[in-house]
Amino acid sequence: MKTEARPSVGAALERVEGVEKVTGRARYAYENFPDELAYAVPVQATVARGTVLAADVDAVVRLPGVIAAVWHGNAPRLAPADNAELAVLQSDRVSYRGQYVAVVVAETLQCAREAARLLRIDYDAEPHDVELRADHPEMYRPDRVNAGYPADTELGDPDAALAAAPVLVDATYRTPAEHNNPMEPHATVAVWSGDGLTLHDSTQGVSALRETIAPLFGMPPENVRVISPHVGGGFGSKGAALPPVVLAALAAKHAGRPVKLAVTRQQMFAVTGYRTPTIQRVRLGADTGGRLTAIVHEAFEQSSRLREFAEQTTTPTRVMYAAPDRRTAHRLVRLDVPTPAWMRAPGEAPGMFALESAMDELAVACGIDPVELRIRNEPAAEPESGLPFSSRNLVACLREGARRFGWAGRDPTPAARTRGRMLVGTGVAASTYPVYRRPSRASARCDPDDRFTVRIAAADIGTGARTILTQVAADALRVTPDRVRVEVGDTALPAASLAGGSAGTASWGTAVVRACEALLEELDRRGGDVPAEGLEATADTAEEVGEQPEYARHAFGAQFAEVGVDLDTGEARVLRLLGVFAAGRIVNPVTARSQFVGGMTMGMSMALLEESVMDHEFGDYLNHDLAQYHVPTAMDLPDVQAYWIEEDDPHLNPLGAKGIGEIGIVGTAAAVANAVHHATGVRVRDLPIRLDKLVR
Amino acid sequence: MRVSLTVNGRHRTADDVWEGESLLYVLRERLGLPGSKNACEQGECGSCTVYLDGLPVCACLVAAGQAESREVRTVEGLAGDGRLDPVQEAFTECGAVQCGFCTPGLVVQAHDLLNRTPRPTDAQIREALAGNLCRCTGYEKILDAVRLAATRKAATP
Ligand code: FES
Ligand code: FES
Repeated sequence: MKTEARPSVGAALERVEGVEKVTGRARYAYENFPDELAYAVPVQATVARGTVLAADVDAVVRLPGVIAAVWHGNAPRLAPADNAELAVLQSDRVSYRGQYVAVVVAETLQCAREAARLLRIDYDAEPHDVELRADHPEMYRPDRVNAGYPADTELGDPDAALAAAPVLVDATYRTPAEHNNPMEPHATVAVWSGDGLTLHDSTQGVSALRETIAPLFGMPPENVRVISPHVGGGFGSKGAALPPVVLAALAAKHAGRPVKLAVTRQQMFAVTGYRTPTIQRVRLGADTGGRLTAIVHEAFEQSSRLREFAEQTTTPTRVMYAAPDRRTAHRLVRLDVPTPAWMRAPGEAPGMFALESAMDELAVACGIDPVELRIRNEPAAEPESGLPFSSRNLVACLREGARRFGWAGRDPTPAARTRGRMLVGTGVAASTYPVYRRPSRASARCDPDDRFTVRIAAADIGTGARTILTQVAADALRVTPDRVRVEVGDTALPAASLAGGSAGTASWGTAVVRACEALLEELDRRGGDVPAEGLEATADTAEEVGEQPEYARHAFGAQFAEVGVDLDTGEARVLRLLGVFAAGRIVNPVTARSQFVGGMTMGMSMALLEESVMDHEFGDYLNHDLAQYHVPTAMDLPDVQAYWIEEDDPHLNPLGAKGIGEIGIVGTAAAVANAVHHATGVRVRDLPIRLDKLVR
Repeated sequence: MRVSLTVNGRHRTADDVWEGESLLYVLRERLGLPGSKNACEQGECGSCTVYLDGLPVCACLVAAGQAESREVRTVEGLAGDGRLDPVQEAFTECGAVQCGFCTPGLVVQAHDLLNRTPRPTDAQIREALAGNLCRCTGYEKILDAVRLAATRKAATP
C-alpha cells in the first residue's frame, strides 16, 4: 500500500486549481446563485462624524422591486461585539465618512442601487478631525500593539548614548494610508435557513469568520457555515471580519431572502480597511566606523473612534541591528476615520521603510558602503530579547544579493550617473518578517482505491496553499501528489487558522503532517488494509504549537534596486529589483517565487505609486478608485528577480518553512528610496516618491 | 428589454434587461457565465475583458443592448474540444495564475494579442497587457506565459 515516492516538497508542482482558474470555472464568493436571491446595496454616511436623525425607508420600500430597506431604526439587533466596527446599523452614531448607515435589498442590483441612491438620510453633522499629526494633543500610548507586542521598549540609556555619539542621524519619515485593493472586491452571499446561516464569502479564514459572526447573531458557531473555495486576493484585507459581511447577513435576515452583496471598488476605500499612515522619527547614534551605539524609533499612527487598531510599526527595529542603548515606541490617535486594518506586512512594511532609509543615511554620513554597514551591525542574538535566533542569514542574503546585482565597485557619490535622459542610482535595504505558527486541525483519509483526501479549513487566496499542502501531504504519506486531494475553504472541514502573518504553510502544514502521520500509523496497525468505508485520522496542533521552545524566529532578506529618474520631469522608475531571502525551506519554487516577486512589486508600488489621499474637508479618501489609486501595470517594472538561500532550521515546524507571503514587500520601498537618493542626491522621506518631490 | 446575442457560439437570450445594464452583468448574473470578473466596473482593470465581434472590450463598459445580435466570446469559450487554448495552458504551466481573479481578462487579452501579433516582443506584450491589472503576480510569470504560448502556437501549423 505504501509506496516510496520522490519527495514532493521542493518540487515545482503546478498549481492544482490552475485549470479551473484559466477556464473561468473557479467560483468566487459572488458567483453563487441560491434560489430566491436578492441584491443588497449599502448606503454610506455622507458625514464624517455625527448622528443619523432619520432615514426615509418607507418611501424607498414602496419603489417597485425593492424588498426591504434597513437602518438602525429597524435593523435586527446584534449581540454586542468586541469590535465596534461590526456593530453594523446598531446605533445612530456616525464615526467616519462612508460608514454603513443603511442597506437596501431589491430584486435586481440596478433596482437596489437606485433605491440606495434615493434613500434620504438626515444627519446631525459634527465637526470632524481626520488629520494625523505627530503633535496631536490626543496622542496616547496603547497598552499593546498588534500581534501582542509591547507598545514601548527601552534598553540602557538611549538619550545619553545619542548625545555622546560621534555620528548622529535624526530623521522623520512618513508613509501614507494605503489600500490593499485585492483584485476581487469583498463579496458575500448570505443564506439563512431556519436558524442556520450559510455565507459564501471572500475571506482569508473561514473558521475565524464563523467564530466572529455566530455570536453576533446569537448563535453557536456550528450554526454558521462559511464557504470560500477561491479568493481573489486579500493581502490582509480579508483577514478579520469587516462590516460588509455583517451587513449582508443582517440584510438577508431582515429581508427573509438570500442576498448577495459585493462591495464596489469605490466603497472599498471606506469599509474594507487600509494601512494606517505613519509618522516615524528614527535616531541612530554610531561611532565613525558605523557601529551603532543607539537606536531610537518612534511611530505615530491613527485608528478610528470605534476600535483601537495599533499597528506594530517599530517592532522590526527590535530585531534588526545590535546596539547597546535603544528605545522603540508607538503612539496612537483616534480620529474620525475608518479603522485601519492589516495590509501585507502590517508594521514591518512602513517600519522598515523608516529604519532602512535611516541606515542608508547613516552609511552616507559615515562614508561606509551600505551593505558593509549592515554587516557591521549584525547582532549575535536578538538585540532586545537576547534570545538566540533559530537561524539568521541576513548577511548571507546581503552578500549573495550584492554579488548577483553587481554591487561591487559602486561609486557612492549621489547624482553622478546618467543614462540617456535619466539620472540612475542603486540602493539596498534589508528585510525581515517574523515566523508565526498557529494551532490548526486537519484530517487525512484513505479510501480503498488508494486515494487520499486531506481536509483543512485553510484559505487559498492565491498563495498556492492548496498546492503546497498537496505536496506536504504527499510527502507525509510517502505517495505521489497525484494521489492526494486537498480540500480547503469551508467550515465543514477541520477548523484552521486564517491566512495571515505569513503563517499558513507553517500552521496548516504542521496539522496536515500530523494528520497524515496519524493515518499512516493507523494503516500500519491494520497491516496496510484499508476498510471498504475508508480510514480517517485527525490532528490538532494546539498543544504542539503551544509548546515551542523559545527562539527568535524570523525570516530575513536583502533588497537591491536600480532606479532611473527622468532629468526633465523628475519621474522615478524602478529599472531593476533583486531580492534574496532566507525563509527556511521552500516548499514550491514556483509559488514561492510568485510570493516574493508579488511582494517586491507591491513594495515598488509602495515606493512610487500608492497613496490614499485623505480629504480633510470631507473626511474621505479622494482617490477612491483604480483610476486614481495607482497600482503597477505590466509596464511599470521591467526586471524583478527573487532568489533564496536554503535554510535548514530545526526549530520551526516539521516543514522547516518560515513563511514567505509578506517579506517580499518589506524593505523594498527603502531600497528604492535609497536608490533615488543615490541617483539624484534628494532624500525623499515621505512616500510615495512622486515627481514633485524630486523636481526642485 | 430583451437582448439576444451569440455567446461562445450559442444563441442566448436575456429577458427583462434594464437599459442601463452592462454586458458584464448580463453575462455574470443572467447567463450563468461568471468567468469574466468585475473588479472595478469602470474600465480601469481589464478583469472583464471579452471579445465582442472579435475585438477585446471591457464588458463592464458595454451596455447590454449594444451587444444585441452580436457575437461575444468569453474566457469560458476559449478552450475547445476539451483542450485548453495554448494561452490557458501556458498561464497555468508558467505559474502566471495566483488568486486568478485577473486571469480571465488577461487570458482573453493575451489570446487577442497572439492572434494579431503571433511573435510579439516583450515591449509589445507589456503594452498589450497594460490595461489588465494584477495585484498578485508582479506580471513576470504572465510575460513568461505569453512568450511560451507564442512559441507553442508558432510551432503548431
Ligand atoms: S471590471 Fe471592467 S475594467 Fe474593471
Ligand atoms: S493573480 Fe491575483 S490579481 Fe492577478
